[in-house]
Amino acid sequence: MKTKLTSLAKVIRSKNSGPYEITFDVIFKDQSTYEMAVARQLITRSTIAKLYHIPETDVIALVHFKPANAIKATIIRPMASGDIRETDVYGAQQHAPLLDLEFDI
Amino acid sequence: MNEIKILSTTAILGYGFPMASFEAGMAHHPDCIAVDAGSTDPGPYYLGAGVSFTDRFAVKRDLGIMIGAGIEHHIPVLVGSAGGSGAKPHLEWTLDIIREIALEQGLHFRMAVITADFDPKEVLAAHRAGKLKPLHPAPEATEDDILQSTHIVGQMGVEPYLEALKTGADVIVAGRAYDPAVFAALPILKGFDKGLSLHCGKILECAAIASTPGSGSDCMLGTITKDSFILQTLNPIRRCTTLSVSAHTLYEKTDPYVLPGPGGTIDLHDCVFTQLDEQRVEVKGSRFIPSDPYTIKLEAAKVVGYRTVSLAGVRDPFFIQKIDDILAGVTQRVNDNFKTLKDYHLNFKVYGRDGVMGALEPQKTITSHELAIVIDAVAPTQDIANTICSFARSTMLHYGYEGRIATAGNLAFPYSPSDFKVGPVYNFSLYHLLAVSDPVAPFKLSLMTL
Repeated sequence: MKTKLTSLAKVIRSKNSGPYEITFDVIFKDQSTYEMAVARQLITRSTIAKLYHIPETDVIALVHFKPANAIKATIIRPMASGDIRETDVYGAQQHAPLLDLEFDI
Repeated sequence: MNEIKILSTTAILGYGFPMASFEAGMAHHPDCIAVDAGSTDPGPYYLGAGVSFTDRFAVKRDLGIMIGAGIEHHIPVLVGSAGGSGAKPHLEWTLDIIREIALEQGLHFRMAVITADFDPKEVLAAHRAGKLKPLHPAPEATEDDILQSTHIVGQMGVEPYLEALKTGADVIVAGRAYDPAVFAALPILKGFDKGLSLHCGKILECAAIASTPGSGSDCMLGTITKDSFILQTLNPIRRCTTLSVSAHTLYEKTDPYVLPGPGGTIDLHDCVFTQLDEQRVEVKGSRFIPSDPYTIKLEAAKVVGYRTVSLAGVRDPFFIQKIDDILAGVTQRVNDNFKTLKDYHLNFKVYGRDGVMGALEPQKTITSHELAIVIDAVAPTQDIANTICSFARSTMLHYGYEGRIATAGNLAFPYSPSDFKVGPVYNFSLYHLLAVSDPVAPFKLSLMTL
């Protein structure tokens, strides 16, 4: 059965981390769900790269942050914040593809 | 002195706070009132153009309350990254507001002002000497990037604030500063641990965002002790939880365990978050690891052109079906018509297709029954941008695409006039680390009496 990330996490968000990066936070609903997600490697550099159609080398950080039951991924922005072709200056609406992510668990 | 209390009023000066929360904070007898005003989040325009992204009246409201209380209770009031971007015009804008407050409230006090501007010629010299490094993934700077920047600012650490506090000033207003520094300065001056003080500042800079329900317009109290810091909400509807505080550490950071700043990093690998009661969370184990050399983050912006935009809607399903061909056809007509004009950018944002995510959008098919199109022209002069936008708009309005049935006009304009002259467009031109031998010297301190 497919399980959606939205049923495992209580916060899924994106935001600039400085003008050259976008960072994604997935805060799981509790510690056991977080530990399951880490153990099963539900979100890896490769997951993020595939989801956004970017090379894995553009995923510059993937961190498991236990104090907040969170997995955090950071990618290189397609362009610096505010560049001529900018679509999202704050990077706050780039999380949507994560909402569609689902797993066999 | 066993502890220091810092009252953080709001996430960004001008975002406001409930008076009841502020008074609850003052009832704890804080040792200082501090606020961060800065961010690069709103993009390069505000730094480049020298204007604030917050509203003057809202900033005056917040500062008026903070300064009034600070003077009455004889505790310093500190402002970091004045005016949002912290360059000279932003600092002047803030000082002007403070002078008005002093006059209107009949207040007399001593004010310390710290600038954060860097001279392009000195930055160029540092660049040539190899002392300027891009902060990955920012690109290398060219000499033109440096010389064409309208404002170059550096994020000061706590050191310039320490000098200002030592003067005994009642109000300290700093240009661009590392966000936590404005909160960490007083505890560090009094000998408290740098790692704890800076980590506490890192959370206080967003005020009640680190509580639940979070808010960027409410107060938060930080207490630094010998071996911990305690965060506390001041509004009965909010709580600090170990989760709300630790989750905040993720916000806008690349790696929540390692937070780089001026002169070193805050290391959170050994951090322990403990719930004391409903309102309070205690944090232990944050460590400061100094770097060698001491580096300061420089930010700058420069003009890259002038913009004109036009907004139009589309409801015709045949047009929507052919949108990619139409945009390509319009672009070709514009380019063909203005072969002598160079260096302009014509770009269409199509809401309902990929207007929000652009190249990152994984959904390739349009499912909406209507689209919004922003025709976006950026050119070396405002006149050329106007020409390109106007011509693209009129061409698209009457463009004869394959399968067209509605021959009167392709676009629905919500406004007359249809085109908007935006003015200068800026890009970030520096996002670099500068190695310095003295963390105070680049930031000029001056004192004034109001």
